[in-house]
Amino acid sequence: MRTALALGLSLAMPSLVASSFVMSAAAQAQSGAAEGQKLAFDRGKGNCLTCHEIKGGDLPGSIGPKLENLKGRYDRAELTAILNDETVRNPLTVMPPFGRNRILTEQEISAIVDFLQTL
Amino acid sequence: MSAARLLLAVTAAFGLGASAVAADKPNPAADAKAFQDYFVKKFPKVAYDDFVNGPYSMNADMRRQWEEKEQFPPYEFALEAGKEMFAKPFKNGKTYADCFPNGGVGIRQNYPYFDDKEGKVITLELALNRCREANGEPPYSYVKDEMASLTAYMAFTSRGKRFDIKIPDDPRALDAYEKGKEYFYTRRGQLNFSCASCHVQSPGERIRAEILAPALGILNAMPIYRSEWSGMGTISRRIVTCNSQTRAVPLEPQSDEYRNLEYYLSYVSNGLPVSGPGARP
Repeated sequence: MRTALALGLSLAMPSLVASSFVMSAAAQAQSGAAEGQKLAFDRGKGNCLTCHEIKGGDLPGSIGPKLENLKGRYDRAELTAILNDETVRNPLTVMPPFGRNRILTEQEISAIVDFLQTL
Repeated sequence: MSAARLLLAVTAAFGLGASAVAADKPNPAADAKAFQDYFVKKFPKVAYDDFVNGPYSMNADMRRQWEEKEQFPPYEFALEAGKEMFAKPFKNGKTYADCFPNGGVGIRQNYPYFDDKEGKVITLELALNRCREANGEPPYSYVKDEMASLTAYMAFTSRGKRFDIKIPDDPRALDAYEKGKEYFYTRRGQLNFSCASCHVQSPGERIRAEILAPALGILNAMPIYRSEWSGMGTISRRIVTCNSQTRAVPLEPQSDEYRNLEYYLSYVSNGLPVSGPGARP
């Protein structure tokens, strides 16, 4: 039984791996962006709406700038740096240092950046 | 002065002060003037005394709702209870009135004060519990209920009287003031906010649907009925809540740090009228 299962798996594996590679880039960014939006709107995570107006979010705050056309203005590294610790660029910012203070993990920040790049 | 410049001035005072300018002696009077001028300049349309009304001074819609609510103010029950409690004698026959100047009536504007015997800041909440203990009664929780009722009554009898916080010519008083100021401008907690991040840099702005109150006059309205709390809260409660909301570890109510903070924040609001008890969303 066990051997049969293992055999079946090992037979199935290559095609699975191959197809996941085929679908990867675009689809992954899409699911990253969806996950990122969830994290961005979650009050216990990014909680971005507390300060920023974002398409798709209700009752936004007004402390930070509206988040739009981000892709044209910042590259991925810049967005990641802002989320990680904006006080590096602007010591007077009130934006929490999400990475430095471990409010969000690296993966969570990466997913939010995926989302921000869709805005 | 812009928020940036005010903060930079403060940062400079704390960060570089020691090494750069030993002669940069604390100057509370100049601080208070700069603080008040900053808000006046930032909100030229707000009548000066209106700063004690917090978010309502910054938003017409909220103001309308508040004015309607004030017909039947949500702090009314606490105020009535406070009045009764204040008049009721302790088991030893004495009352709160025996502990305070002028029988405790119309004196809110003088708190906190610096006690030169003890060398520390005495807030109204602290003085109330000390009064109880001196008369053989157990102290109340500092954050709500009875303490909020008592301070509501004492604020009410002082409405319109202008904050008159004194810093005596005593290095310990100046030190308490400076420590309070440092606490106010120091970032803390996982979210990395100082009191000033919200209440100096961002008053009038929205955090979600709430409007941030200006630091100027923020204590003049205390204690408050907060809809978010579904109840009354004291100054202690307000500060503890601010700390936890920024994911900092709150201190004990009436710790030296909080007393010094209240001293600083009250001093820079000198000249503004008592408006408490207040109501906030």
